[in-house]
Amino acid sequence: MDFEALLSCFSSPSCVITQTTGGLISGMLLFLVAAGLSLIFGTLKVVNFMHGSLYMLGAYFAYTVYALSGNYALAVAGAALGVGLFALIFERLLMSRVYGSDVLLQLLVCYGVILILDDAVKIIWGAQFLSMGMPPAFQRPPLFIAGGVLPVFYLFLIVITLLVAAGLGFLIAGTRIGKIVRAAAINPTMTSALGINTAVVFGGVFALGGLLAGLAGALAVPVRSLVSGMGFSILIESFIVTVIGGMGSVAGALVGALLIGLVRSFGTIGFPLFTDGLMFLFMTAVLIVRPSGLFGKEG
Amino acid sequence: MIRSPIARDALIAVAAILVLAVLPLVFPGQAFSDFVIRLSAFAIFATSLNLLIGYGGMVSFGHGLFYGLGAYSFALLLQKGGISVPAAFALTVTIGGAVAAVIGAICIRLKEIYFSFLTLAFQMLLYSLIIAWTPLTGGDQGLTGGVPRPPFLGIRLDDPQHLYLFCCVVLVVSLFLMRHIVESPFGYTLRMVRDNPRRVGFLGVQAWRIRLLAFVVAGIFGSIGGTLMSLYVSSAYPDFAYWTISGEGVFMILLGGIGVFLGPLVGATLLLLLSDTVTRLTEYFGLVLGVVILCFALGLRKGLLGFALDAWAKRGGAGRSAPRPAVTAGKD
Repeated sequence: MDFEALLSCFSSPSCVITQTTGGLISGMLLFLVAAGLSLIFGTLKVVNFMHGSLYMLGAYFAYTVYALSGNYALAVAGAALGVGLFALIFERLLMSRVYGSDVLLQLLVCYGVILILDDAVKIIWGAQFLSMGMPPAFQRPPLFIAGGVLPVFYLFLIVITLLVAAGLGFLIAGTRIGKIVRAAAINPTMTSALGINTAVVFGGVFALGGLLAGLAGALAVPVRSLVSGMGFSILIESFIVTVIGGMGSVAGALVGALLIGLVRSFGTIGFPLFTDGLMFLFMTAVLIVRPSGLFGKEG
Repeated sequence: MIRSPIARDALIAVAAILVLAVLPLVFPGQAFSDFVIRLSAFAIFATSLNLLIGYGGMVSFGHGLFYGLGAYSFALLLQKGGISVPAAFALTVTIGGAVAAVIGAICIRLKEIYFSFLTLAFQMLLYSLIIAWTPLTGGDQGLTGGVPRPPFLGIRLDDPQHLYLFCCVVLVVSLFLMRHIVESPFGYTLRMVRDNPRRVGFLGVQAWRIRLLAFVVAGIFGSIGGTLMSLYVSSAYPDFAYWTISGEGVFMILLGGIGVFLGPLVGATLLLLLSDTVTRLTEYFGLVLGVVILCFALGLRKGLLGFALDAWAKRGGAGRSAPRPAVTAGKD
């Protein structure tokens, strides 16, 4: 514990800005993963335990597409679409068989897939750490705000994610598709009785969740290093985010993700050994005050 | 015939210890006794997890926390505390129970999938603590310097034969104790809490107390499993607290049969045999294990022992069938 370091950081604007932007980009990546997890849970009532692996796949897909084409925009699009398609296949082929059965089987199916994917990544891309480096388009001098550093890529990442968040919110709250998804979430039997193919809805939601996770993975490649098994820690974090924000709420996921990102970012200064512990303390506190999360519905 | 089930199980336990004691004469060689020692650790761990999953309907996905906690507490107490083996054992069990009481108190309030994930999250908290707290735990290298095992009561755990017998006795005694917990009035109340928590409330029992007690009991036995593992490797590694341990525990239960008391023991045996065979052939154990898990999760859901008991009941009409998988889709 190092309260002095934390205090001295808070007293200097440049340190606050640097830590805040660092916290914001982790929070943004976390939001993309957590929003998909939350959306899938809210609609299908299953926790996609292999959601972190989708993030990992997104990162590796983007790495490969970038290595082949040298075009980062293409890499991001390819990774998001590829992972979305993968999620759809996974849902249709495996996950849809254990809907309605107990949590144990859902966990096991995902556990099996995580093990397979982690080893598959090792076979295809190797077990060593990979890093892609910053694409040339973003290799510019960073912006300075009150002495704090803001790399251009961070700004890009924050803007993209906020756009996605707004689009997602609009899709769910303001469109006919969103209405159908919400109806299927509340009462799938009734929805299908009204002539809507719920299997398509479920598959679509799963694919959308996968697409978001793949996008997060692709956006993370320039700032994170890649390794087999990298999806697991982000899975735990995005679970904590959805618990804090409330399962099934996109707005909750955004708030929760930003909070966790900031807690981690400032936590590394004050409590370098205990950053994970801080997240848990935070989550436990939220659960005690609001058992269904900040934006969750009671019951 | 013996009427009392306790006396009958005690007799079976004594017989099991005797058989295990004689087996090394039939299968001489280090490989066999090493296998049994590792099996004892995993079997206790998986059976304790089944107290929660099979009997309590609480799908914990973070039970490996207690495995890792037991291994690290025991090894650290012996290495840094310099106390005797029985004292370290007793302290480890106490620590396991106390931590389970705290974590259980937070987790059991939550509904099933939240419960699964929160237990998992706590396990990863322990894992990251172990990795971060290098001065105490040795970080990702694991505990270095070995674990001293001072002799007690004429038992020298440095001697492989003594260690083998010690692990066998701990295994059988633990299974015996858990069997009796499961068959006690508490065990039946636990099943009732699993099947119909609201009705349990009508009968004047506070369901959360039963759940918490089950969580503590499972935590205690889970840490005993870790203790045996740290004795075997004479160290402790962060892998013992990694989430895959919990996953393996859950899979052992499913593999052997969730509704049968000895299912997890059978599952642990099968999984260890599988892992020993596969790791000899390829380094991609996860790939093979993943495929096997998918086959079981989508196919043989009652586990091998449950499946065999069902087949036997059908053929002989002996009236004894394996209970249905205990965990029900949650609608409470």
